[in-house]
Amino acid sequence: MSSTLAPSSVLPLAGRERVVGYLLLALALFAIIGPFAWIAMTSVKQQIAIYTGAWVFTPTLSNYADVLFGRRSDFAANIANSLIVASASTAFTLVIGTLAAYSLYRFRWARWVVTGFLGWTLLFHMIPVLTLVGPWYIAFRELGWYDTLGALVLTHVTLNLPITVWLMMAFFREIPTELNEAAQVDGCPPFQAFWSIALPLAVPGLIAAGILDFIFSWNEFSIALNLTSRDTATVPVAIARFAQQYETQHGQMAAAAVIATAPALALMAVGQRFIVRGLTMGSVK
Amino acid sequence: MKSSFRHWSLLPAVVLFVALTVYPMVNLLRMSVSTIEFTGGVAQWAFTPARNLALLAGDAVLRPAVFNTALFVTLGVTAEVLLGLLLALFVARLQRGKGLARTVMILPILVPPVAIGSMWKLMYNYDFGVFNQALVALSLSPVNWLGSTSVALAAVILVDIWHWVPFVFLILFAAVEGIPPDVIEAARIDGATPTQIARRVMIPMLRPALAIAIVFRGILAFKTFDEVYLLTSGGPGTSTELASLHLYKVFFEQNLLGYGALLSLALIAGITAVLLVSRRALVPRGLA
Repeated sequence: MSSTLAPSSVLPLAGRERVVGYLLLALALFAIIGPFAWIAMTSVKQQIAIYTGAWVFTPTLSNYADVLFGRRSDFAANIANSLIVASASTAFTLVIGTLAAYSLYRFRWARWVVTGFLGWTLLFHMIPVLTLVGPWYIAFRELGWYDTLGALVLTHVTLNLPITVWLMMAFFREIPTELNEAAQVDGCPPFQAFWSIALPLAVPGLIAAGILDFIFSWNEFSIALNLTSRDTATVPVAIARFAQQYETQHGQMAAAAVIATAPALALMAVGQRFIVRGLTMGSVK
Repeated sequence: MKSSFRHWSLLPAVVLFVALTVYPMVNLLRMSVSTIEFTGGVAQWAFTPARNLALLAGDAVLRPAVFNTALFVTLGVTAEVLLGLLLALFVARLQRGKGLARTVMILPILVPPVAIGSMWKLMYNYDFGVFNQALVALSLSPVNWLGSTSVALAAVILVDIWHWVPFVFLILFAAVEGIPPDVIEAARIDGATPTQIARRVMIPMLRPALAIAIVFRGILAFKTFDEVYLLTSGGPGTSTELASLHLYKVFFEQNLLGYGALLSLALIAGITAVLLVSRRALVPRGLA
């Protein structure tokens, strides 16, 4: 895994291959950045400039003002809901997931427990979450939790738990076994061994998992769409409503998309290293 | 002492999974033979297996949804893996620009899929979208990207490709960087051309990473919902109707909770089958 951070050891390209390589790279970068640039440009255009497809225009922030502070817009409340849900679910997922990962990694659970648990997380991660939103909807309505942020947090914790457990297990596995053995020999109690030996060494894992949990929760749409109403709607739900109800307010649509993208960009600037590691970890080694 | 921490460390996760995944899946079984309606916040259950089966038999959208999903997954994932592999093979062996490539490639993975949907909806706009702007500039006639039955599915697949080539790239990029340089050096000394090195040496060594990328992308593509909900909501007609989208409509637009459960079970059974078949690719170490 250190290979993702170390300078490349793969033989560099030369001659014609190198030219093709740089061309491909440039093309890929353009293809990815282009749409973002275009949407950012659209978000600071007046409606007229959008319709005429002008490339030269006077930029305006009015679309952002409309989205955030407009009388018909709840977007500020949506952002607050999303922040609450994403923060709370990230905290719970990290605690529950890290404990479970450590338990599976360190303690001698019977094989069926480990296989059963991990197999189940894999299956749950693979099925469309919409298959479970139906039963959740019924259960939450009967419990009176339907349309509450708490219920949404619970579902997001469940949704992000598999990937958190896998990630944390992978990070725990990198701890030299001698450390654990030494702790055992010295009579260190199990919780202490977890708290003061394993956990500090797994901090990069906690950061990677935490960032991914937050982003996935912030982005999550299909559960929030069906378990929230106007007061509890999160940002993705608001964006969808926007796109459907005010189909002609293209500038606002673009501005809302840009705002929704901001947290991901900010977190990426801070923790890119950890994210790449988290996203590709376990798949290659 | 040891056993108490051992047990409570795993307990919260198990409780959560039982309450929010195992129990709901069991509940799906009960729902699939029932009709459920809410009167004053209380669910009224009626045992109606025949009605749900009749709904299944009479579901005219199911066939196009299955067909479109198969097309969406096959075409999308094939393109993503080919493009991702091509990029990874070249970019991992460049001396500059790799860090930039990695930074930029993470973006589409982290952006809310809903935002990607509204971005592309604007870019596909008939009157002022960037694609039609380009076509008009080239004196070609504009295309109704999301509104015509013949183009809409392709347009939706293109968004998925844009969204997920970077993910395949990142996985394969790390795998290419993990290839020991001596192997390639040895092949070169033996007189292998760069193309031969890529085809005979590198790609075989990437096989595990490729398998994982294909299985993961395949299953995730199968779940696609957010972008398509934004872009077309399955239209025009049923031309971009996908499995998840249809499930959503049955559950929450037609309020057929029982029939939706039946469809859900079918989906879960299908995915379990795929998982069992591809188990070897997915769990090379640790997970089983």
